Amino acid sequence: MKDEPIYLDNAASSKMDEEVFEAMKPYMLDNFAVATSDFAYSMGVDAKEALNDARETIAEELGASSEEFIFTSCATESSNLALKGVAEKLSDEGDHIIISDIEDFPVLKTANRLEKKGFDVTYLDVDGEGFVDLEQLEESINEDTILVSIQHGNQEIGTLQDIKKVAEICNEKDVIYHTDATHTFGRVPIDVNDIPVDLISVSAHTIHGPRGIGGLYIREGTPLEKQMDGGFQENDLRAGVENIPAAVGFAKAVELIDEEENERIKELRDKLIDGMREKVPDVVLNGPDEKRTPQNANITFHYVEGESITLHLDMRGIAVSTGSACFSKSLEASHVIMGIGGDHERAHGSVRFTFGRFNTEDQVEEVVNATSEIIGKLRDISPLGEEEEE
Amino acid sequence: MANAPYTEKVIEYFQNPKNVGEIEDPDGYAKEGSPACGDMVELFLKVDDDTHEIKDIKFKSYGCASNIATGSIITEMAMGSTIEEAKDISWQEAADELGGLPDLKTHCSVLAVDALREAIRNYEERQGIGEGKKETTVEVVKERLKHVMNPMTGVDVIQTDLIHDIEVEDGKISIKVDLEEDHQFASAVKEDIKEKLEPRWDVEEVVVKFVE
Repeated sequence: MKDEPIYLDNAASSKMDEEVFEAMKPYMLDNFAVATSDFAYSMGVDAKEALNDARETIAEELGASSEEFIFTSCATESSNLALKGVAEKLSDEGDHIIISDIEDFPVLKTANRLEKKGFDVTYLDVDGEGFVDLEQLEESINEDTILVSIQHGNQEIGTLQDIKKVAEICNEKDVIYHTDATHTFGRVPIDVNDIPVDLISVSAHTIHGPRGIGGLYIREGTPLEKQMDGGFQENDLRAGVENIPAAVGFAKAVELIDEEENERIKELRDKLIDGMREKVPDVVLNGPDEKRTPQNANITFHYVEGESITLHLDMRGIAVSTGSACFSKSLEASHVIMGIGGDHERAHGSVRFTFGRFNTEDQVEEVVNATSEIIGKLRDISPLGEEEEE
Repeated sequence: MANAPYTEKVIEYFQNPKNVGEIEDPDGYAKEGSPACGDMVELFLKVDDDTHEIKDIKFKSYGCASNIATGSIITEMAMGSTIEEAKDISWQEAADELGGLPDLKTHCSVLAVDALREAIRNYEERQGIGEGKKETTVEVVKERLKHVMNPMTGVDVIQTDLIHDIEVEDGKISIKVDLEEDHQFASAVKEDIKEKLEPRWDVEEVVVKFVE
């Protein structure tokens, strides 16, 4: 192993920025009070102020007011609250929910559970690049539809849905719209004044913030039933002692991100895609060329298997992930690659490279060279693709 | 250490696999698995017709680390042994030799062991000896087709009821596959079926038909 690993799995989780850690420290060691009452002792009042400042910073990033944003333990919890909360609140009005085929597990599995409980769930197809068909969405909405949940940026192939159009369709049909923005928040601007979305799940750890904190934007007036019972925290929508150090860290992480960084990350992504296309024959970019999250490149290397690729890369100190069934605990191939019409083979050889603040151009070059060598080696022992090589 | 699920030996064989490649005009050949459903292994044998010793063995893998490592180790274990000895090499023995494999990876590594047994069987069928001495009947055809995958499910074509109307007469086998001829997997299934049946000593022709 090299001393400096090259980490290209930032969509899974990213390295916490030291400034984030420094911002959190006082709320771990010095101020450990809860923030429940406005009339508490001064340490509690300070804690409450810190929490609300953090809330304001994050809400502002979305163009929202701080009353419209609550903290949760992670984006998974946010999406659980959004889907279950709306479904429970509106169960008298309708029982139909619409999601896309390629949602990440928090939305997908929550919808599956609601389906088991008797809700009717429509899973919208996506095209070969992962885009939802807006006409199909419009046609799928009926008088029983209470909720649509379509993600902003895809976790695996980076497809950026046109959430403004989705939100407008939902708005016009008077249906609640939730979007999972785990892989876009901070990286792709979202302005709730421009996009009539009702609920947005966001996360800190994908943008160099701490783990264990996420949030949910809730447009004023959105019907939502509390799912975690207990105290009156977070607008009485999510009980439990607030994780103030993590909230402060989350806000710091949001402050540290800027357009320039996102532009730089996008350039690294494109350099990697171009490099792979140039150096490695028989590769396919999964997801669209344009309209994809700036940090995501997902490439299928034909005739080889993804776990073998990731293991070889790991031995060279390069961390990435794959949609191969062999890599997952369930031994199931990526539902996203299958969802865009790919077969097992396309999923089998797919590798996801996701960038973050700490990646450099030199690293991209090293990764392209290493991958090219590894693919050559694995293709030498593969029974597939010889005709094409000759 | 890093890569904790795998032993050092697995990693060593994964990085430097042994006996990789192809043998021209092999005496025994097998292809197990299918790219459509996941891992795939090809295995080639050269066998001494008098002593039935394996003189050369090579494999190719489209698979994960445990698949590659198992292919390596079983080819090493089989090299120089008789086909009877090689038939007895079990997945467990291969796994033990590698210092253990993760449970989850049993499927990927069994494939390599299956490929070895199938290649030996293919040799016997060509020679008309041992298991391969059996006359080809509808039952034997069914048994053989349990080694052909249904690419849509990853389970074999017999269990998934993809095969109908098997007829065996005077060295001619006729089979109907429950797919339309222009189905994306039709030609792959046809090829796999032929590969399993054509080498049999008493088979002259294999006709694969599709539904209209």
